Amino acid sequence: MSLTADQVRWVAHLSRLKLSEAEVAQMTPQLASIVGYVDQLQKINTEGVKPLYHALEQVNVFRPDALGTSLSPEEALANAPERLGNFFQVPAVLD
Amino acid sequence: MSSPLAERPVRELKGLLDSGAITSETLVIDCLVHISQRNPAIHAFLRVNPEAALAQAKAIDLKRKTGQAIGLLSGIPIALKDNICTKGLTTTCSSKILEHFIPPYNATVVEKIISADGIPIGKTNLDEFAMGSSTENSAFGSTRNPWDLDRIPGGSSGGSAAAVAGSLVPLALGSDTGGSIRQPASFCGINGLKPSYGRVSRYGLVAFSSSLDQIGPFSNDLFGTALLLQAIAGHDSKDTTSINQSVPTYLEELDQPIPSLRIGIAKEFFATGLDSEVEKAIQDALMVFKSLGAKVVDVSLPHSPHAIATYYLVATAEASSNLARFDGMHYGHRSKEKSSLIDTYCNSRGEGFGPEVKRRIMLGTYALSSGYIDAYYAKALGVRRLILNDFNNAFETCDVIIGPTAPTAAFKWGEKSSDPLAMYLSDIYTIGCNLAGIAGISIPCGFTTKGLPIGLQLQSASLTESKLLRAARMFENITPWHTKRSPTFS
Amino acid sequence: MSEYRTVVGLEVHVQLLTISKLFCGCSVTFGQPPNSAVCPVCLGMPGVLPVMNQKAFELALRAALALNCQIAPYTKWDRKNYYYPDLPKNFQISQYDLPFSFEGYLDIPASLDQPSKRVGLFRAHLEEDAGKSMHDESGQGGSTKVDLNRAGTPLLEIVSKPEIHSAEDARAYLEELRLLLKEAGISDCEMQEGSLRCDANVNIHIPQADGSFIATPIVEVKNLNSFRAVERSIRYEAMRQMEQYQKDGKKMGEVSKCTAGWDDARGVTIVQRRKEEASDYRYFPEPDLAPIRITAEMLERAKASLGELPHQARARLQADFGLGIYDADLLVRMGRAITAYFEKVVSAGADAKSACNWVANQVLTTLNESKSTIDQYPLTPGILAGLVVEVQKSGLNMQRAREVYGAMLADGVDAKTAIQKLGFVAVADEAALAEMIRKAMAANPKAVSDFKAGKIKAADSLKGAVMKETKGMAKADLLQKILLDELNKV
Repeated sequence: MSLTADQVRWVAHLSRLKLSEAEVAQMTPQLASIVGYVDQLQKINTEGVKPLYHALEQVNVFRPDALGTSLSPEEALANAPERLGNFFQVPAVLD
Repeated sequence: MSSPLAERPVRELKGLLDSGAITSETLVIDCLVHISQRNPAIHAFLRVNPEAALAQAKAIDLKRKTGQAIGLLSGIPIALKDNICTKGLTTTCSSKILEHFIPPYNATVVEKIISADGIPIGKTNLDEFAMGSSTENSAFGSTRNPWDLDRIPGGSSGGSAAAVAGSLVPLALGSDTGGSIRQPASFCGINGLKPSYGRVSRYGLVAFSSSLDQIGPFSNDLFGTALLLQAIAGHDSKDTTSINQSVPTYLEELDQPIPSLRIGIAKEFFATGLDSEVEKAIQDALMVFKSLGAKVVDVSLPHSPHAIATYYLVATAEASSNLARFDGMHYGHRSKEKSSLIDTYCNSRGEGFGPEVKRRIMLGTYALSSGYIDAYYAKALGVRRLILNDFNNAFETCDVIIGPTAPTAAFKWGEKSSDPLAMYLSDIYTIGCNLAGIAGISIPCGFTTKGLPIGLQLQSASLTESKLLRAARMFENITPWHTKRSPTFS
Repeated sequence: MSEYRTVVGLEVHVQLLTISKLFCGCSVTFGQPPNSAVCPVCLGMPGVLPVMNQKAFELALRAALALNCQIAPYTKWDRKNYYYPDLPKNFQISQYDLPFSFEGYLDIPASLDQPSKRVGLFRAHLEEDAGKSMHDESGQGGSTKVDLNRAGTPLLEIVSKPEIHSAEDARAYLEELRLLLKEAGISDCEMQEGSLRCDANVNIHIPQADGSFIATPIVEVKNLNSFRAVERSIRYEAMRQMEQYQKDGKKMGEVSKCTAGWDDARGVTIVQRRKEEASDYRYFPEPDLAPIRITAEMLERAKASLGELPHQARARLQADFGLGIYDADLLVRMGRAITAYFEKVVSAGADAKSACNWVANQVLTTLNESKSTIDQYPLTPGILAGLVVEVQKSGLNMQRAREVYGAMLADGVDAKTAIQKLGFVAVADEAALAEMIRKAMAANPKAVSDFKAGKIKAADSLKGAVMKETKGMAKADLLQKILLDELNKV
């Protein structure tokens, strides 16, 4: 399956990645060649094969409902690029 | 200039520490001195933490002097790949997006190392977010192979491998998602172990691909490998995917040879593209095992040629989601450009990630996106099952599968960096192990005519690290390769 | 305006009654200072991993059983990928194609006016909550501030089929759901604290002459913070859609589904004209969590924990105590503890109907006034039963009976003692009562003639006169009987 520059732009949007036009131009053939390579899987018959999501097929792993240690607001916000009091500050969310 | 203490086998160093012949402080200082001398050329470490390391060494020495029990790691300094979170110590994943990120917590392996009296001495370079095979994809400069500074050390744990191979530190931790411990170990002439999936807690390892990632040790001898594995292995209630089973006594079992060892040879590991010198070294290694009485059996891994394609869909799909959190909202780089929320996301991530990370996020997003998920991601999960079945079948008839770790020895700087697919193909022999969740190790088994190390890979079934280490130890015991040190600094 | 049929499906999120979050040990208590109930896990820091809260899953399972859902033998967690600043990982851990429960129903209980109505449920699934975003105008151009205390709180999402056909039924459905979940200890369902949230998918069916109908485009009404808001917004939205249809004639499928906010102050829904962007959540299985295989034992435990559900309690109260629909419902809505108290009052000798009245009126008033619960209520069921019996026996009227009740509470005495202390002795002397009645009739001949003319009510003023003379102590049923006798004699 070939990949177009428009598809690359759409995937970049889904990925929240700003790509310059030069990056789009460079990445399109690179991704196309990788996608072309992984297309080899289409030839393999996987009918009736249970998908393997995980190397470790364990089930029912729980923790008890108990309180653990929380961070202080200072610790929680220590890495925040911007803060407003004890809140994380982010660009305006407009619905 | 005296040769570094870290040149000595870990077995010897631990003996010296335990007997009181040297102090931990002496060893830490010696490492710090050699790091300051050698790191500018190798660029294995991104940062060291001398004050904390020295303080911890002194505390351990005091415990020893006053007759208190000392933990398993005896005050040995250990380097940590910079995708392992260290409380209060910057953890960058070699990415600009986390350039100033200081974790408020320690990874479980770091807690375990400290409680076993190991000393985290500093953080090592990697391919950004562990995505790469050469450590060239670091936002903070690439790492050089101590055996040849014009060559790459392998990756993504190239910093940790080079730190041990250059004798900057005796032990190091890396992470392995598709070969990122074993391949650099092979290129740097040391041991590197990828434990079975779930054997070591991933809590605090910045996730690349959650279902494939595993932390493991680098060492210049198998004693050190077993020692560090012993210290970090085990169930962790903070990691759902860690296995709740007791940990064998790797160290005690290490020197017990396996009677009538069955070695599996898969023809798929000797396919086109395998360098002839590497192939020769592997054949020689096989002779060594035969001379030890091992039985060689042919096994078949028919789906292994598709491992790379499978891997690059599964790993990137998971990565595209795992790396979504790096958006400059609550931590990490936020673009200085004043713009809307959505543009801030796109700019911060566009500025913060390097090209390989972007490529993989793009590929993974594509593989999961509506209209493509069945053809790519879901298909890959089916093939992943077939790859696991291949290994399960193979281990019915053999104890360990041996073969080359990588098709070639270390390649030159820049040689493959312009062709992502060529770079991916260099992981051909290591990736199946991660997809199947089994254990794998690379040990030194010779040199090319140019003097570059060659690695022998041994793989064994899930949770059979003891068997794997014992088989490797049988080889190490009668071969000289692990005693060789890079001539670069002598 | 022609008639139309309202079609509503409700999506309800309830917070499960755990003490800690779904994947970490942070507290879920409402109203903590901003960003104080957070840890690396719920902040989505690099390297952290989720571990499932067992209680949350048990409560979810209990809810699914209470809602008559089918339970999946195997369920897993999926990542729903989207970027939002109050979603720190930029994916929500939720359930996609294998929810743990599906195909259930909830019956809106019968009332005096209408029979019970069944509302089908598509599914109920467990997921994590996001944090809270608040718009802040203090900065230039405004910004948003984020509090992540709520991030990671366990939520149960309950999705009804579009089988609700009026605003009143939507409210009744929600009230019954809330009662059920509260009674079974699954959620406290406090709408003002956000532990019960509701979105309504609304459209209308407009009948056509040929017997078919036209469906209008579905609008998802969000931000419904009270039962009243649910009811009003649906009524308004249905009306608005009718008007809209008359204006533009747009049918379902001709415009994409949109969302609307409810402006409670103005009493209107505000349709948000969203950009036409298809969402692509790229769901895939969460690799950091293990799937769940629901065992027979887990199911048994969940069943045993259900207790008596509201519809069962209503049926039993009607069957065992002879209460009517209204009284049975009244008691059930007051909760299990009060119902149990009521039952004890009856078994201590009180008649069920009177006991129900006492509990639903005086006892509830006392509890509300003292802001206490039934287990803190000072009168034992036996003591209250004593009052009910005494009142009936002595024929005290309601006003006097309430005074007795007040004295019992104030002095901590039983009914007999209180009556004695208050000096309330019912006048039950037939001759004396007859004399008083005759006097009253003489004083008020108009009442007598009115009564004779068929105005039954006219007797009340005569009764009132006797009550006044006896200071309310005339035995009510006896007075009634003698009064009628005397009137008939005229």
